[in-house]
Amino acid sequence: MADHTSQTAQAGQKSDAGYWSANVRIILVSLVIWAICSFGFGILLRPMLSGIAVGGTDLGFWFAQQGSIIVFLALIFFYAWRMNKLDKEFGVDEE
Amino acid sequence: MDQFTINLLFVGASFALYIGIAIWARAGSTSEFYAAGRGVHPVTNGMATAADWMSAASFISMAGLIAFVGYDNSTFLMGWTGGYVLLALLLAPYLRKFGKFTVSEFIGDRFYSPTARLVAVICLIVASVTYVIGQMTGVGVAFGRFLEVSNTTGLLIGAVVVFAYAVFGGMKGVTYTQVAQYCVLILAYTIPAIFISLQLTGNPIPALGLFGDHSASGEPLLAKLDQIVRELGFGEYTAHNGDTFNMVLFTLSLMIGTAGLPHVIMRFFTVPKVSDARWSAGWALVFIALLYLTAPAVGAMARLNITEQFWPNGASGEPVSLETIESDPAYDWMQTWQQTGLLGWEDKNGDGRIAYFNDGNADAKAAMEAAGWGSANELTNFNRDILVLANPEIANLPGWVIGLVAAGGLAAALSTAAGLLLAISSAVSHDLLKGQLTPNMSEKGELMSARVAMAIAIAVATYLGLNPPGFAAQTVALAFGLAAASIFPALMMGIFTKVNNKGAVAGMISGLVVTLIYIFLHKGWFFIPDTNSFTDADPLLGTIKSTSFGAVGAAINFAVAFTVSKMSAPIPREIEELVESVRIPRGAGAAQDH
Repeated sequence: MADHTSQTAQAGQKSDAGYWSANVRIILVSLVIWAICSFGFGILLRPMLSGIAVGGTDLGFWFAQQGSIIVFLALIFFYAWRMNKLDKEFGVDEE
Repeated sequence: MDQFTINLLFVGASFALYIGIAIWARAGSTSEFYAAGRGVHPVTNGMATAADWMSAASFISMAGLIAFVGYDNSTFLMGWTGGYVLLALLLAPYLRKFGKFTVSEFIGDRFYSPTARLVAVICLIVASVTYVIGQMTGVGVAFGRFLEVSNTTGLLIGAVVVFAYAVFGGMKGVTYTQVAQYCVLILAYTIPAIFISLQLTGNPIPALGLFGDHSASGEPLLAKLDQIVRELGFGEYTAHNGDTFNMVLFTLSLMIGTAGLPHVIMRFFTVPKVSDARWSAGWALVFIALLYLTAPAVGAMARLNITEQFWPNGASGEPVSLETIESDPAYDWMQTWQQTGLLGWEDKNGDGRIAYFNDGNADAKAAMEAAGWGSANELTNFNRDILVLANPEIANLPGWVIGLVAAGGLAAALSTAAGLLLAISSAVSHDLLKGQLTPNMSEKGELMSARVAMAIAIAVATYLGLNPPGFAAQTVALAFGLAAASIFPALMMGIFTKVNNKGAVAGMISGLVVTLIYIFLHKGWFFIPDTNSFTDADPLLGTIKSTSFGAVGAAINFAVAFTVSKMSAPIPREIEELVESVRIPRGAGAAQDH
């Protein structure tokens, strides 16, 4: 019986570790997109986008002034939705 | 009815509303004072966070900085929104799960060290006070204009109002008041922008008008703007004229700083659940984005309007005459803003005209001399912080819009100043006094010391706000640098790594001290003017300005913390369990006081 309990505890810890590494993976992917759209398209990669015209200027300018903000919003809502789903998959949600 | 009466009516009515709400929802117990009993819906919380967050820097100052620099100041837009991604992904849900009231409580418990908590409190106070200095600069501009007094008098009156206002209620009063403030400030920001966008481009949505066509010339708005500022010797609006490395570092500093500022993080302690903390950050950014997507349009359109006012027939025509400035109602804004001491012009060559151009550009200077407009720029002073408030007047909008903007500017400055003062007072009374020095203090004593701390903080900020280290948004950027270098790395390492107590303390101290010294070397010791050894035009290290140093400070913090942690004893078992539990949402009950 005692054995059994410790096994369940171990299984619980294992799934907690799986939950955490899944979370870290989602965070990393999101942060890569975050960096490419702001520091990338908005600043460092702007010369590469200079051929794409947007209203009197180029796509890089749009990313720096508006596009990055829209991407940030999408990322946060995606993360909230994805994590709430992940919480349920691993049974670690609050209810 | 004259403009002064209209302004007074709008400002008076908005204040009556905030104070009414504050009285209605007055804080009773200590826990209500700090965290409103956690009964706040994510959307409401997001709106309040947005009001808290968007300060004088965002409302009054930012568009002006973008207007006069153009693309290179997109850093403010990306930096102050991108930080929310870090906050939502790296901090908010875990700090909510941890379930205490303040940031320093988390650091103290996670790093099992009263010293860590003390250092965190000091970091928070340094960053918050710097932030309040920036707010007071904005408060001075707004009160100066709307009461038609000098900037200094405006600042002193503003300080009294901010203090009275912050003492009134705690977080609960502040939460609902801030929802009202958000509504006032977003209307005040977008309504004039819609008018101006319609005037210039025919598009009612400013964010789209920015990339639309200029109705008068049929050219794209930004192309038109590029052309006219280029002819006057300024850098093209959409071009990258500055240093790329500094631009990246500055953006990064603002982003990291956003995720390290106590008054924003505190908001995520007040939502009922971990999943709500995730959504709350998103809702906050929705409400912030409404302003931030409009701000670049406000900046570009204002720049075009101002330039065209000084050059009614374009850069190849004649500059505006002094007579026109004095008699034409379209130029009344120049008279009213001159009173504040933040706008100035001088007919240097005595030709009866005010020529506005970049006299630092040899070509423009030669062209102006050849045309007979003199060799010096005659718009001698245009404080960047007046642009947003002056914008509706420059565009000749109706009086009620101008009154609304005055009310919005004050709402922005007040709501943030109140949130910051609350963070400072809770740091001093809750963390410093009750947590460390006098643990047996009564609830009454705690509330009293919170108020005394507020009074001292506002006195210091007012004194330094009289001679601010920069425009409102630049001073606020320094506060972000400090938060980035000290708090954010400690919080992140507390959740994502097993760094120990000694590592965290050494990291925070080195990040804060190095960044503070770098800032003082460029902005003057304790921001006292003329005590600086370097300037941001020619910084100590390569192209790194003092405003951008926060990212470097954060890197130092991480490096020192990991090194020291490697060399000392690993974290004890129970702290390892605490880290594990913070990472899993399951079992997040209501937060407890200690």
